[in-house]
Amino acid sequence: MSTTASTATAADEASTAVGRWVRVCLLHDLAVERGAAALVDGDQIALFRLPDDSVRAVQQRDPYSGANIMSRGIVGTRQGRPTVAAPMYKQVFSLETGACLDPVGYTPLDPAQANLRTFPVRVTDGVVQVGLLDGAAEPAA
Amino acid sequence: MSQSGNQPKHLVVVGGGMVAQRLVEALRARDGAGAWRISVFAEEAAKPYDRVALTSYFSARDPEELTLGDPELWEDPLVTLHRDCAITTIDRDSHQVTDRLGRTHHYDELILATGSSAAMPPIPGNDLPGVFVYRTIDDVAALRGWVEDKRAAAGKGRSTDFERPVRGAVIGGGLLGLEAAGALKALGAQATVIQFGTHLMDAQIDLGGGQALKRLINDMGIAVRTDTATAQLRPSRRSGHVGRLDFVDGGRLDVDVVVVATGVRPRDELARAAGLDIGERGGAVVDLDCRTQDPHVWAVGEVACIEGRCIGLVAPGYAMAEVVADRLLGGKATFPGADTATKLKLQGVDVASFGDAFARTEGAMELVWADPVAGVYKKLVLSDDARTLLGGVFVGDASPYASLRPMVGSELPGDPGAFLLPESTGGGAASLELPDAATVCSCNNVTAGTIRAAVTEHACTDVAGVKACTKAGTSCGSCLPLVKKLTTTELERAGVEVSGALCEHFDLSRAQLFDAVRVAELHTFSEIIGRFGAVGTLGSVSAASAEVPDGVGPGRGCDICKPVVASILASLGNGHILDGEQATLQDTNDHVMANLQKDGTYSVVPRIPGGEITPDGLLVIGQVAKDFGLYTKITGGQRIDMFGARIEQLPQIWRRLVEHGFESGHAYGKSLRTVKSCVGSTWCRYGVQDSVGMAVELELRYRGLRSPHKLKLGVSGCARECAEARGKDVGVIATDKGWNVYVGGNGGFTPRHAQLLAEDLDSRALIRTIDRFLMYYIRTADRLQRTAPWIEDVEGGLDGVREVIMNDSLGIAADLDTAMAAHVGNYEDEWRAVLEDPEKLRRFGSFVNAPATADPDLAYVPERGQIRPATEAEREAAAETGAPVLIAGATLAVRS
Repeated sequence: MSTTASTATAADEASTAVGRWVRVCLLHDLAVERGAAALVDGDQIALFRLPDDSVRAVQQRDPYSGANIMSRGIVGTRQGRPTVAAPMYKQVFSLETGACLDPVGYTPLDPAQANLRTFPVRVTDGVVQVGLLDGAAEPAA
Repeated sequence: MSQSGNQPKHLVVVGGGMVAQRLVEALRARDGAGAWRISVFAEEAAKPYDRVALTSYFSARDPEELTLGDPELWEDPLVTLHRDCAITTIDRDSHQVTDRLGRTHHYDELILATGSSAAMPPIPGNDLPGVFVYRTIDDVAALRGWVEDKRAAAGKGRSTDFERPVRGAVIGGGLLGLEAAGALKALGAQATVIQFGTHLMDAQIDLGGGQALKRLINDMGIAVRTDTATAQLRPSRRSGHVGRLDFVDGGRLDVDVVVVATGVRPRDELARAAGLDIGERGGAVVDLDCRTQDPHVWAVGEVACIEGRCIGLVAPGYAMAEVVADRLLGGKATFPGADTATKLKLQGVDVASFGDAFARTEGAMELVWADPVAGVYKKLVLSDDARTLLGGVFVGDASPYASLRPMVGSELPGDPGAFLLPESTGGGAASLELPDAATVCSCNNVTAGTIRAAVTEHACTDVAGVKACTKAGTSCGSCLPLVKKLTTTELERAGVEVSGALCEHFDLSRAQLFDAVRVAELHTFSEIIGRFGAVGTLGSVSAASAEVPDGVGPGRGCDICKPVVASILASLGNGHILDGEQATLQDTNDHVMANLQKDGTYSVVPRIPGGEITPDGLLVIGQVAKDFGLYTKITGGQRIDMFGARIEQLPQIWRRLVEHGFESGHAYGKSLRTVKSCVGSTWCRYGVQDSVGMAVELELRYRGLRSPHKLKLGVSGCARECAEARGKDVGVIATDKGWNVYVGGNGGFTPRHAQLLAEDLDSRALIRTIDRFLMYYIRTADRLQRTAPWIEDVEGGLDGVREVIMNDSLGIAADLDTAMAAHVGNYEDEWRAVLEDPEKLRRFGSFVNAPATADPDLAYVPERGQIRPATEAEREAAAETGAPVLIAGATLAVRS
């Protein structure tokens, strides 16, 4: 589980378009089934380490409350597929596609954006990297 | 009505009460094409509110809690609500109305929904200060203010006045009068009900029922005088306020406040001025289609004179609203006739009547069961062959009402007497099968057939689904037990097992899972889901992995079952809630041990046991809040909440608090919150026991106790009940001999008064009783079920609970005692433990790659000397002008 290749389908497809990979943290820094927030190029991202040590990344902003909290939601599964529940109003999102699976009666702040943006992630030699689409150079550390 | 063009027609509704609200709701629900644009002109400043629940405004001061229906109704672009904007004239010739601001509005159709006003009988002195009616939120607020002023004045007055309570009288012993008397009691005033007729509620119930009701009302400390006419109201010589009632029979009553509740009069002034036909006793005359003689003017609710009379009940008004909505869209509905069935609960006393309650039908027979000791009176009115139900009256125990009312006109199965006997003697309506045509929810006119169809044809699988689908039980809620029973029966009939399953991962209910985990002695989520998880959760992967689609893994729980398992593990004593895998189960509040607020920051509440705090303690909290720039507010549970703490600040804040002897208040948990107390016998001149001391002892005993829902306790030092203990899950009230303990109270969405569990206990017995009550609740309640509905679910209800914990009927008392002793012995402060553990502290970093960086999106504005989160508009304005109105992520010098 330490080579390239987290198994997320969405991440795999997206990774073909990745302009560059940004190192975020060590796999060891992430707790299993408990999210963590990260600042990547000024973007707030929520990272989730699953029991198989794959890592998923979605936007940190909750589309239903506008607060930056997705990393603090409860991680689980629906029909065997990984999900996170927004900690504010408990909408359930797919960690594979970012799709909102259950709006639990709420409407998002922007009705056109009910789903979470996902980011490609890879774990290489225990280092978690998030893929960005643009081709700009990695900022100096 | 034609579907003319694209331009919607304009409907003007005069009046903004409950019926107007229902009409708008009904029309908007059905008018998908947008044929109507609706303007509602309301005289009151409040949005349409639940006038029937007005008395609850005394316990819940917030008028928002009385708001009716979905507030989004008023956001609908086709609906305009003009509040505080009465209509003053109607010009039928030009189809125009004029509002109080002099603006004119054209209408295509006009609906009068002006309701009623409280009638003021022509008794001399009825205009004195201190004489009130009881109709609107403003009336209730004015009454409350008056009583509070009078009480304050009595406190400051001459020494003879010193201990005198405020004396109130209610003229009128009908439904509204009793509500008003209950309200006076709730305000701490004395109340005497003056009834002109022979008995209370004489419009709804018979003499026997009225007498039983009087006994029950007396038991609550409300005096009743029947057969009494009031001759005049006289002013007090000193104040000029109302001071005395003189009765026609020569009697007198000294008073400080009078509520007149002798009935209502239709508000038909506009209709009269517009030249519409007016009924003999007032009201705009309408046909069964609710139309006046002017085909473009309609009347609904209490102002409508339909079938020759005005009806002062909300259900027939709702029916009229539905008729008009249907007609406006081209339908042919007519008023189905008034269902005048009534059921009310005044401070716990059930009163209900329905159908031919006075046995006026030719040859009708009355079957009466009365228990004067218990204060119960039940009567059925039957046809001359004693088989067909015609009506009934229930006082003191209205449990048969919900099942019997829809049976009016039907034959009762078996011996009718069985319906009147208490369930413990083999009576009860268990076997009742309602005909499909029977109305179950009279507020929304939903029949038993509709509810069954919701299950059989619309695939509803629970009560919530049936409510959403049919609207049954969504107004007054009194039919919900019946809706639940019908739904369950129908589901069972359809072969659907009525499941208490938590979620897709567990087929067990919370109570079953609790027992399973306790008996099997499991300690981690993985073990629990492996052993008790639903078939297909884990099994599908190992047994049939060939068929599992790619990417599908074993079930790993969800936001429903994980917190439940977390709570069970915590209740069974499994160490710190952030130990190992347990940490992954916690909701964000429990995970960071603070309360998430709307902008993603948290609030912090240190424990202040019993609400008792030293001046030094106050200084510490004040200094911490100041140093971290937190907004502070006193909570309802007698402690202090500090808002705006960022996740990475929580350990620093708690280091300071713990250093000064504070510990977690568990405001974030489904756990014991507070034990509220009044000041008690140590200071109060009325107190009979040390309520603060007892509250502190209880709070320290149960702190950290995890439960199916939050738990609140209260302790009052005397019967004046200043701690509002009966609004708590466990309320303790001091007596001369010891303590009375009440259980099952709560505030919130469905406020409940706690019921008496045991009397005059000494302190040891009190604590043992509460120990067992709480532990029994924790073991057997459903997920997120508070104590009140749990007690209803326990076999035998409150009596059943009492048997288990006072008489050990299940033989588990010793076990419950041991479990509580273990909790008390193992308690440790969760926050102190986190501060001592670097591994746990790592969870509080803001960003995994920048653990001390504040969320850059947080923004605050000053308000009343503190901060609050900036609104979207304020953020945008600041971004445009570049003006520094925002305090972004306040960074203040703190010692770490």
